[in-house]
Amino acid sequence: MFSLEGITDAIYSWLNSTFNPTIALLIEFAIVVVCVIGLFAVLGLVLVFMERKVSAYMQIRLGPNRVGFKGSMQTMADTLKLVLKEGLVPDGADKFLFNLAPFVVMIVAMLILAPIPFARNFQMWDINIGVLYVTAVSSLSVIGILMAGWSSNNKYSLLGAMRSGAQIVSYELSAGLAVLSIVVLTGSLQLSDIVNSQQDGWWIFKGHIPAIISFVIFIIAVTAETNRAPFDLAEAESELTAGFHTEYSGMRFALFFLAEYVNIFIVCSIGAILFLGGWMPFHIGNWEAFNHVMDFIPSSVWFFGKVFFLIFLIMWFRWTFPRLRIDQLLNLEWKYLLPISMFNLLLMTLMAIMGWYF
Amino acid sequence: MFEEVGTTTEGDLVINVGPQHPATHGVLHLVLTLNGETIKNVEPHLGYIHRSIEKMSESLTYRQFIYVTSRMDYLSSHINNHACALTVEKGLQIEVPARAQVIRVLMDELTRLASHQLWWGAMAMDVGALTPFFHAFREREAINEIMEETCGARLTMNYICPGGVMIDLHPNFQRKVKEFITLFKSKIDEYDEMVTGNIIFQNRMKGIGLLSKEDAISYGVSGPAARGSGVSCDIRKLYPYEIYGSLNFEEILETGGDCFARYLVRFKEMRQSLSIIEQLIDNIPEGDFQAKTKAVLKLPKGEFYSRVETARGELGVYLISEGGTTPYRVKYRSPGFSNLSALNHMSKGYKLGDLVAIMGTLDLVIPDIDR
Repeated sequence: MFSLEGITDAIYSWLNSTFNPTIALLIEFAIVVVCVIGLFAVLGLVLVFMERKVSAYMQIRLGPNRVGFKGSMQTMADTLKLVLKEGLVPDGADKFLFNLAPFVVMIVAMLILAPIPFARNFQMWDINIGVLYVTAVSSLSVIGILMAGWSSNNKYSLLGAMRSGAQIVSYELSAGLAVLSIVVLTGSLQLSDIVNSQQDGWWIFKGHIPAIISFVIFIIAVTAETNRAPFDLAEAESELTAGFHTEYSGMRFALFFLAEYVNIFIVCSIGAILFLGGWMPFHIGNWEAFNHVMDFIPSSVWFFGKVFFLIFLIMWFRWTFPRLRIDQLLNLEWKYLLPISMFNLLLMTLMAIMGWYF
Repeated sequence: MFEEVGTTTEGDLVINVGPQHPATHGVLHLVLTLNGETIKNVEPHLGYIHRSIEKMSESLTYRQFIYVTSRMDYLSSHINNHACALTVEKGLQIEVPARAQVIRVLMDELTRLASHQLWWGAMAMDVGALTPFFHAFREREAINEIMEETCGARLTMNYICPGGVMIDLHPNFQRKVKEFITLFKSKIDEYDEMVTGNIIFQNRMKGIGLLSKEDAISYGVSGPAARGSGVSCDIRKLYPYEIYGSLNFEEILETGGDCFARYLVRFKEMRQSLSIIEQLIDNIPEGDFQAKTKAVLKLPKGEFYSRVETARGELGVYLISEGGTTPYRVKYRSPGFSNLSALNHMSKGYKLGDLVAIMGTLDLVIPDIDR
């Protein structure tokens, strides 16, 4: 049966049998780097295309349908255009920070791809504090956004960046608490452990109501964290034109744009790993035959299926909800989500201690 | 009486919103003084698309000057033409045939409906929901097609002329309008579900941009914006023209004075317009569509004033004639200009995001402000 695990194992054993261990390790590094960059680009292109098609479907339009098969090469053409465009630096901008900002945002997005298990035993870096690593690194992206807003020498950018800073910092709390509630159940910060603990059922089913509550809170919080509507205040185009990336053009803009979509992919895959069992197939108790059929579907298909379902959910939000105001946004976090998620964590801890989950 | 013009102090942020900005729906330029996100002062700068329509009218004949007004408030171009035609008819004391009157009112209401549909979509877009815009345009397209068949144009109709209308209705008109009525009746409920009931939308609209009844009157706010503050100002009811006096419709009044009240007024007006069209569509009298007029119109010496209710409020046409073939002076009292004057008062102390919502509920069309 096809599996990504077989491919990686074959490459690993071939490299180690051909070269000495140091060179083999270096070549593995190079392969991983190429893979991450490739994944970054492909994800960006696919998700942008998906967003345009989803929005077109919701807005009774056709969406892109000229370049390539059913418009599938449209984002490729757009990226090509952006690469060829002149990257303007506005007068009075802090050139160093202005140029650095998109790379900070992009590198952060790339770094988080490292500990994500894409399929059974297919993971770049199975770090034992995976959840902590993801939460810690993802909060760095706000630095890139603040940098972009501050160095652009534009008031719209500054307002957008400040909004974004306030938003990401506050919503990280409830996202973190929602993640912690699953960590409490699993007793491990390692992402592969968390996936393995869902062998006989996903946490969203096993964890009763508290797990569902933390799933909902997690989805709301990560929608806000990735600056997506209805929390897209950082780039609210009817208020701030384009927010923190107003002054960016060409490839620098494309990096922000791609990083946004890769971030969506990352938060959705974290959500899928924690609540929907990552690459684990869907199993129902003692239904042997059913479970066996489910096992035949490759683990990577399970993983990407779940992730893209969550991505679709987040895109659905974007094209149906109006935008919140900045004070309402912060009220929602500090007055509702944070107390609820704290109480929920307490409940979850009690549940974990008493062993009230399946 | 005059509020002090906001002076900038240390720590204030001055932002130019516009002339090219997605929130202003045109080339309006607002100079905002912000304290963080809170608005301290809003100063509209006008003149970016001033085309001297009033001055141009002085060198155009009485048949010609009507059509320039299509370019003022392009979303209710029909009603603008209507206002001018009424003024000329008042001067010449032309009796408009019954058929022409009904056609005019039908077209007025269709235009009002199309304008409110567009406003509804743009309003939702202002507060961040992009999808309703497309849904609104889908239904607006049906009206545009009806207009296109009869008038030959989709935006600047130029259909009304002194004494009646230019040409008779297209044979398809009645059938198409009836089709539209059945279509839109189901869609308007969909609109209601999609936006009005949304909790985020209500939070964004309720208690925002308060305008008291007294302030609405003193700023000269008219139309749905004033009716949201409880000011009864529907010209169709107060000073009925054409056959409005004999029609059965309500003047929508809300007392909230906030953005949500103004939203509701416009929304309910769509249903009223629909009911007016329903009343008239089967009762279009036979007869002439145009009164017999002279080839060259000459108004007697004097001053004439007429007013109509456009989709945005009261449009007044003040015309001075010296007895020649062209007006001596034309002055338009456009609703957008007066409504804009209340913007500073309404948006002080609210957040930047609220300004966009307030502007959305005023339903500004910039060429109407800058004539």
